[in-house]
Amino acid sequence: MKTQTDPKLARTRPRVSRALRALLIGATYSLLGIGAMSTLLPFAWMISTSLKAGNEIFLWPPRWFPSVIRWDNYAVAWNSAPWGLYFLNSLFVSTATTILTLLVCSLAAYSFARLHFPGRNLLFLALLGTMMIPGQVTIIPNFLIVKRLHWYNSYWGLIVPEVGGAFGVFLLRQYFLSIPFELEDAARIDGASRLRIIFSIILPLSRPALSVLTLFSFMGSWNAFLWPLIITNTDTLRVVQIGLAVFRMEESTQYHLLMAASTYVVLPVIILFLLVQRQFIQGIQLTGMK
Amino acid sequence: MAAQVRRWARAWRERYPWEEVVFGFLFLIPLGVLTILFKIYPIFYSFYLSLTKWNGLAPTPTWVGLDNYAALLQDATVYHALLNTAYYSVGIIVVGLPLALFLAALLNQRIRGRTFFRTVYFAPNIASTVAVSMVWLWLLNTRSGLINYLLSLAHVPAQDWLLNPRLAMPSVIAMTIWKDLGYDMVLFLAGLQGIPKEFYDAAKIDGAGTWGCFRHVTLPLLMPTTFLVLVLTTIGSFQVFTQVFVMTQGGPMGATDVIVYHIYSAAFENFQLGYGAALSYVLFVILFVLTLLQRRVAGRDIYY
Repeated sequence: MKTQTDPKLARTRPRVSRALRALLIGATYSLLGIGAMSTLLPFAWMISTSLKAGNEIFLWPPRWFPSVIRWDNYAVAWNSAPWGLYFLNSLFVSTATTILTLLVCSLAAYSFARLHFPGRNLLFLALLGTMMIPGQVTIIPNFLIVKRLHWYNSYWGLIVPEVGGAFGVFLLRQYFLSIPFELEDAARIDGASRLRIIFSIILPLSRPALSVLTLFSFMGSWNAFLWPLIITNTDTLRVVQIGLAVFRMEESTQYHLLMAASTYVVLPVIILFLLVQRQFIQGIQLTGMK
Repeated sequence: MAAQVRRWARAWRERYPWEEVVFGFLFLIPLGVLTILFKIYPIFYSFYLSLTKWNGLAPTPTWVGLDNYAALLQDATVYHALLNTAYYSVGIIVVGLPLALFLAALLNQRIRGRTFFRTVYFAPNIASTVAVSMVWLWLLNTRSGLINYLLSLAHVPAQDWLLNPRLAMPSVIAMTIWKDLGYDMVLFLAGLQGIPKEFYDAAKIDGAGTWGCFRHVTLPLLMPTTFLVLVLTTIGSFQVFTQVFVMTQGGPMGATDVIVYHIYSAAFENFQLGYGAALSYVLFVILFVLTLLQRRVAGRDIYY
C-alpha cells in the first residue's frame, strides 16, 4: 500500500485527465460491444434462418425477421432424422466416458500422489510424455485395434478408447497433493482400506478439480468428431455431431432445416455452459497457469 | 557383506512399504492398460503399418518396406497439404492471437460487465465445430449469405467464399478465429491478471506512458502465457480436420486439403492404411519437432 502515498507517484496520477479517461473507457466499451455483437451475429443468423420458410431463406436482400415465424421447421428437422436417437447416443457415450474417466484418473492420481513405489516418478513422466502424442497419429492403429476387438460399430468402441488421459491424472494429482496427510492417517488408524479412503475422504474433498475434469471430459466427448466418424457407420449408433454432418449431406440446401438442426446441437451445450461457466473458465485458466 | 544387504533391504522396505507398492501398481492398472493399448502400442503399430500396404479388408498386410515413405516424398499433394496446413496455422496465429490479446487487454480494465463479455466471447468455443461449420457454411453462401450481404452494403462485390480456391482457406481461417477467440482471450486474461500491479507503478514512476508500460511490463511478463497459447494454437492448428470435412472437403481443387484431412482421405476413403499411417507418422514427427523448436526458442522449461 506504500505506492498509494508515494510522493513520486502523485506526480504521475493526474497525467490522464478525467475527460480523456472517460473517452478511453467509452472506447473500450464500444470496442467490446462491437466485438460482442460480431461474436453473436452468426448465432443470431442461425436462429433467424431456422425460423424462415424454405423459399424465404434465399431472398435477396436477406431479411432478419421472417415474414412468418415457422416454428414447425424445428419439428420437420427433428423428424427428418433420428435426432432423439442421436441425442441419446451422445448422452450415453459422453456420460459413460466421463464417469469412467473420473474413476480411472482418480485411482491413478491417488497412486501417483500418495503411494510410494519404485519407478513412480518415471512412470508419471512417461504419462506426461503421452500427452504429446497427437490424436491423429493413433487413429489408424486404434481403428484396427478396435476392429480386432470386435468393437467396431459398438458403444465399447466409442467409449473405451476415449477414457482416461494424462490430463485428468495430472489435474487430480495436483489437487490430491494439496490434501493434508493427517486426514488419511486418521482414517488408516481407524482401519479404513485404501479404496475407502479414496472414496470417502479424498474424492469429496476434491470437488473443484473433479468438476473441472467432469466438464472438460463431457464437453470433449460431446463435441468429438473424428473418432466417432471413423468408428461408427450405422445410424443407430451415430452421435449428434456425426448426425449433423450426415444431415447436411442429405438436406444440402435446406438451410432452414440445417440451421434448426444446428440449433438443436448447440443449445444444450450453451445452456450447460451458462450454468457452469465460472468453473469452466476457471478450469481453462488452471490448465494455463502452470 | 550380508549385514549391508540386510540394511539396504530394510531401507528399501521403509521407503516402499509393501502395501503401498501393491496398491500403487494396482490402482494404475486401468490407466496403464488404456494408455498402453490406445496410446503407446499404437505408435509402434503405426510405424509397422507405415511399412506395409493394406486396404484393411485383406487378411494380412503386405510388407513394402519404405515404399510408402518414398511415395509420399514424391507426392506433390502431400507437400501441398503440408503447405496448406502451414498457411492455416500462420493465419490463425498472426491474426487470431493479437486479436485475443487485444480483447483481453480491453477486458482487463476496471469495467462493468466483464463476466458478460467474457461469456459472450467464449460462447463460440463451446459450440461444436460441426455446428459452427454449418452456420458459417450458410453465412458464406455466395448468393444468399449474410457476409456477402453485409459486404454489398459497403459496395464490395459478392465473393465465392468457399468455391474460390484463393478464398476458401481464408474463410476457414476466419471461422476458426471466430471460434477460438474466446478461448485464447481467457488464457491471455489470466496471464494479464497475474502481473502484479507494482510493476506498472514502478514503470510509471520511471515515466512510462501507456505504450511504454505495454512494451516493458506487460509483454515480457506475459511471455509464459503467450508461449503457452502459441504452442497450444500451433499444435491444434496442425490437427485441424472437422471444419475442412464439413465445409470444403479439402477443396476447391485441394485448396483446403490439410494434412489430417489428407490422412483421413488416404486411410478411410481410399483404403490405403499403410500410406495413411506413413503420413500420420510424418505429421507426428513434424509436431514433435515444432514443439521442441518452440521450447528451444523460448529458452525456458515450461513443463509442469
